[in-house]
Amino acid sequence: MTNRDTGTPTERNTPRVATGVDVGETQRLSARRRERLMSIGSPLGLLLAWELAAQFGLIDVRFFPAPSTITSALIELTRTGELIEHVAISLQRIALGFMLGGIPAVIIGISMGISRPVRALIDPLISATFPIPKSAILPFILLIFGLGEMSKVVMVAIGVFFPIAINATAGVLQINPIYLDVGKSFKASKWDTFRTIALPGALPFIMTGVKLGAGIALILIAVTEMVGAKSGIGYMIWSAWEIFAVSKMYVGLFTIALIGFAVTFLLREIERWVIRWKPDP
Amino acid sequence: MNAPDKPPAKIQIRSLVKRFQNLIAVDDVSLDIAEGTFFAIVGPSGCGKTTMLRILGGLETVTSGTVEIARPKPGRPQYSMIFQGDSIFPWMTVWDNAAYGLRMRKAPADEIKASVSMWLDRTGLTRFSGHYPHQLSGGMRQRVSIARAFANDPEVLLMDEPFSALDEQNRTILQQELLRIWEVDKKTVVFITHSVDEAVTLADKIMVMTASPGRTKSIIDVELERPRNVLELRNDPRYGKIVYGIWGHLKDEVERARA
Ligand SMILES: Nc1ncnc2c1ncn2[C@@H]1O[C@H](COP(=O)(O)OP(=O)(O)OP(=O)(O)O)[C@@H](O)[C@H]1O
Ligand SMILES: [Mg+2]
Repeated sequence: MTNRDTGTPTERNTPRVATGVDVGETQRLSARRRERLMSIGSPLGLLLAWELAAQFGLIDVRFFPAPSTITSALIELTRTGELIEHVAISLQRIALGFMLGGIPAVIIGISMGISRPVRALIDPLISATFPIPKSAILPFILLIFGLGEMSKVVMVAIGVFFPIAINATAGVLQINPIYLDVGKSFKASKWDTFRTIALPGALPFIMTGVKLGAGIALILIAVTEMVGAKSGIGYMIWSAWEIFAVSKMYVGLFTIALIGFAVTFLLREIERWVIRWKPDP
Repeated sequence: MNAPDKPPAKIQIRSLVKRFQNLIAVDDVSLDIAEGTFFAIVGPSGCGKTTMLRILGGLETVTSGTVEIARPKPGRPQYSMIFQGDSIFPWMTVWDNAAYGLRMRKAPADEIKASVSMWLDRTGLTRFSGHYPHQLSGGMRQRVSIARAFANDPEVLLMDEPFSALDEQNRTILQQELLRIWEVDKKTVVFITHSVDEAVTLADKIMVMTASPGRTKSIIDVELERPRNVLELRNDPRYGKIVYGIWGHLKDEVERARA
């Protein structure tokens, strides 16, 4: 800007473009590092601010107990085995629910994708029931299945059924029809067509459904356990609230978030393995 | 079924008509293909070649007329198809793709193993048997689909422009490979192409089809001895003459198709 009077436009611009690239590159790199530091720093900073605010009485520790208090509650709950027990039972319900809802979802979803009549038959049922908020049918499920394990498992099953079934159908419909022709020309049986073409071809979509289903399953298990259970992480949070054990409530929240992380990570690894035949995007 | 005075044809097409809504794709084609013949069909784009092959392969119904492939010997499949374009399963390894037909007809495990390894070897894919299709070149993928069809050991091979998506070098190489493979047991082949050169290089008989609606324009015998060498053929004056002759039949049709 200052040497407005020196050189022709080209002479002025050429070196500036060259250095501009270099500077931009290094700036971008350090910017990325700064961003990473910031994203680690911000939660730590918040925790620190929280701790200090609690220690100096700036916030009401009845609602926001100090992180150190929560940590000792976490240690205590882990030591007594109570936390592990709740986590284990919740995970078990989620796993059973996934099987109860997911396996029929894959079979029905793929059958809908393969067969027009099946699609015509079942699609309206799914379209009609899909929009009902799953948490709203909890009383109904409790009525039918009682307060035992089955009601929790069924809630998870219903929650995961829809995203998996809908994605399985979409997954089959996007399979290039030439693959179905190949199956037909090699006289593949119905079962072989399902097993060797429809299922693997739809698998990338099904995995998307499974990941969506996992999120829904976590929400539903928490809600279900709060209302009609005597165990599980949702129950733990709810009962802690009822007796105003706020630190314990936070431990529950923290744990359920952790489960969410773990499940997401696990599913991403499974997905990577299951669709290893796909070129890297 | 067969007329008593003729040797039985391996493939018999009688007054075949195929109509899609108001479009006539194949119009009154009758054809006999003798066992062991390498039969090529050429014709302008959209003249119904693929439709005819799909009817032969049972993937499409006829509007009228009949199509018959002779019943195979016990334990052997009647036919295998090689499709126009990429058709090997991306979710299976090269080995599993090549084994597909044998597995679908529940062949014994040792037969599958022997046949697949032989055909992967013949198509030069042994080193890649554990690869997924996305790790292969276009030419290699097409070789997998050839291996898949041949490993199934059918009596008839139906091929729909198997090499049309390839570059010229790969095409030449694969044509030679196909001839070499075919020489082994001379299966009956129906080979569709829009390339006259390719048809003359490979086939014993060539049917030229008219522009849509597809009819038989003419059937030409290719009297070139076997085994053939794809490159040396091009130097053979008889080759040029046959190609030129077929272009004479085809020229009007191509122009008509473009009009
Ligand atoms: N399923 C279908 N429904 C309606 N029309 C079709 C269908 N399949 C093919 N056709 C039409 O039938 C005609 C013949 O098609 P076909 O695919 O047999 O041509 P082709 O000779 O194989 O052409 P190309 O050389 O381009 O592959 C075309 O006009 C095509 O649009
Ligand atoms: Mg075609």
